[in-house]
Amino acid sequence: MSTNTVKLKIDGVDVTAAEGTTILKAAKDVGIIIPTLCSLEGLTAYGGCRLCLVEVSGTPKLFPACTTPIGPGMDVTTQSDKLKEYRKIAVQLLLAERTHICSVCVADDHCELQAMANQLGVDHVMFERNWSREEIDSTHDFLVIDRNRCILCTRCIRVCDQIEGVHTLDLKLRGKDSQVIMDLDEKWGNSCSCTSCRKCAKVCPVGAIYVEGEPIEHTKKRDVAEFIVERRNRK
Amino acid sequence: MAQELEFQNAYKYRINVCCSSGCVPFGALKVLKAFEDAVKEFGVEKECKVARTGCIGTCSVGPAVLVEPGDYLYQSVTPERVREIVRDHIVLGLPVKDMLYERNAYFKKQHRLVLRNAGKIDPSRIQDYINMGGYGGLLKCLTDTPQAVINELIASGLRGRGGAGFPTGQKWSLVARAQNSPKYIVANLDEGDPGVFANRTLAEADPHAIIEGMLIAAYAIGAEKGYIYIRSEYPLAIQTLQKAIAQAKAMTLLGESILETPFKFDLELRFGAGAFVAGEETAILASVEGKRAMPRPRPPYPANSGLWQKPTLIQNVETLANIPLIIQNGGAWFAKTGTPKCTGTKCFSLTGKVNNPGLIEVPMGITLREVVFDVGGGVPDGKKFKAVLVGGPSGGCLPDTLLDIPIDYDSLVKVGAIMGSGGIVVLDEDSCMVDTARFFTEFCVDESCGKCTPCRAGLARLKDVFGKITNGAGEMSDITTLEKSSSFIRDGSLCGLGQTAPNPVITTLRYFKDEYIQHIVEKRCDAGKCFKSRGEEEIE
Repeated sequence: MSTNTVKLKIDGVDVTAAEGTTILKAAKDVGIIIPTLCSLEGLTAYGGCRLCLVEVSGTPKLFPACTTPIGPGMDVTTQSDKLKEYRKIAVQLLLAERTHICSVCVADDHCELQAMANQLGVDHVMFERNWSREEIDSTHDFLVIDRNRCILCTRCIRVCDQIEGVHTLDLKLRGKDSQVIMDLDEKWGNSCSCTSCRKCAKVCPVGAIYVEGEPIEHTKKRDVAEFIVERRNRK
Repeated sequence: MAQELEFQNAYKYRINVCCSSGCVPFGALKVLKAFEDAVKEFGVEKECKVARTGCIGTCSVGPAVLVEPGDYLYQSVTPERVREIVRDHIVLGLPVKDMLYERNAYFKKQHRLVLRNAGKIDPSRIQDYINMGGYGGLLKCLTDTPQAVINELIASGLRGRGGAGFPTGQKWSLVARAQNSPKYIVANLDEGDPGVFANRTLAEADPHAIIEGMLIAAYAIGAEKGYIYIRSEYPLAIQTLQKAIAQAKAMTLLGESILETPFKFDLELRFGAGAFVAGEETAILASVEGKRAMPRPRPPYPANSGLWQKPTLIQNVETLANIPLIIQNGGAWFAKTGTPKCTGTKCFSLTGKVNNPGLIEVPMGITLREVVFDVGGGVPDGKKFKAVLVGGPSGGCLPDTLLDIPIDYDSLVKVGAIMGSGGIVVLDEDSCMVDTARFFTEFCVDESCGKCTPCRAGLARLKDVFGKITNGAGEMSDITTLEKSSSFIRDGSLCGLGQTAPNPVITTLRYFKDEYIQHIVEKRCDAGKCFKSRGEEEIE
């Protein structure tokens, strides 16, 4: 761990943090919560959802807080009209991309996308909805993936690779056709590498991966990765 | 070396037959064979060399044949007329006038630095390249310090030709200064844009210029291993490069102790599988490592943490082909061409509704009007010019009123276009701008890697809106949707693909909004491109 510290400003607050810390972490440490979806403590940053974009004065570019390290003298703005507008569009795009109907979703009331929409004040979707017909795989004894609800945050893929260490899950195809798959696109029930550890279901921010028959509040333990990493680091 | 010169000088004439990917489909290989036969038939094979070369530049009138000395360029040569050329031109010394290409318009405003050898040398013979002064840059730099080489680059003002225009000398300094080792070089030959063929043509015509550029870069930054990342769809370029690498190895220009110095450098080809996004600099690294070609956020920048987390220099092959010239002639010499902030030349694939399509190389700072109307010869069939798309599928559509801007990185960005991969598509009055924006949006939807929300989900929704408008179901609110989502995709996307993908939408909305309104309100498309398939009955 580097002992060098960096001084910067986040939303006008003076912040001092260790060199190499991300803007997201540095902000959190002083109580400034930047909206995120794909980011999860304990997993590597992905930078995909684009909700955590922030402004840095002196450049017109926007930076994802989850992957951008702090720099000396940085002046970061986490809330502006433009950022609020963009975050709303991002959530609307995710809601329109596949089939998200809260009332018939297992994750209703335990869904980070739903909570994010509420938090950001998304009260309508300006896009034509793309009612997707993606494959549902319930061949596993108790784990189910409903790809219609997937937001492609890849938390499940990262937790499977980085925490469980088996890399059963990965992506196939690209762009809007991207899908989470098991092994070389096997049915989940036929996967030879899956250890049925349920971590994918625990960290999934939405209702795409869940445990059949289990109350959702029992399944969703999104701090599992952070917890395991912290325990492993204890000597 | 002397032997080779003697060999070359023994010939009085040299017939260069373009056998690049542009001319081969027109029957260039048959023409080449016909020349070889005819030369023998007339018994002039001792004084006339028939060479298989790369692109001469006049792709619209292939197969093209260049007869030297005198630079006589024959167009649309058929095997039937080859005997006539050999008989009249080589034997009797009388060029066949009716087949000669009218050179003035097309070549006058061009300035060929990168394409200096294209169409003049046989790319399969390293001796041809050496004869033109090739590998002289490498020789010269080996007698100098790496820092002196970098200083020359900085003095030249060369900027990356991959599209973003980052100063090359500065990039080299960053990699040279990086502490970690080993260091790598990746040459980007993943030219994925529809209608763009500059890098392919360069590799097919002058592969050693790329290799020499990489060698000089390797010496300057201290790299021992390089990769050329090339798309599998370029079989001839791959073949040409493989041969060139083997020849360079045989002459100790690659491998251990290059030219009997301690400097060593190894070069390998890596093949892409045709994903447009794989040309993005962090995606290319993932692909070279054998992973899925998905971009990652920067920082860390490849200069510090690239291939296998080691310092890596990534350059477009066109940038690399400039390097030997800069080292040989000096940075100050190079900086004389182009504009002060944007030196040198740029290759463009000029296509679309233009009289002289082809691969062109023009000095930076030339105006778009000169490119379209002087080099390109204007719009054919007396049609009216409508717009020019600069920068490939994620470029901007610029109207006639903007044609007088100079071509350089900064001016283009100001008007909403990009240098990009160097694609220039000319559109005439028969093109519908809404349909054009729809076409390129669909391309980017297919090519998005799917990592970030704006590019993956945003572009797909743009495509839906275009579907609505071009089917007659458009509403005025759709324009707001297009504008809002385009700016989010531009500002919010992770990599260059997403950040530039909405450019055709943004620029057509800026310069041709009338057409959108016409499509939405009057359900009318003057160019007759829209409302065709499903929408016929929807038109009032």
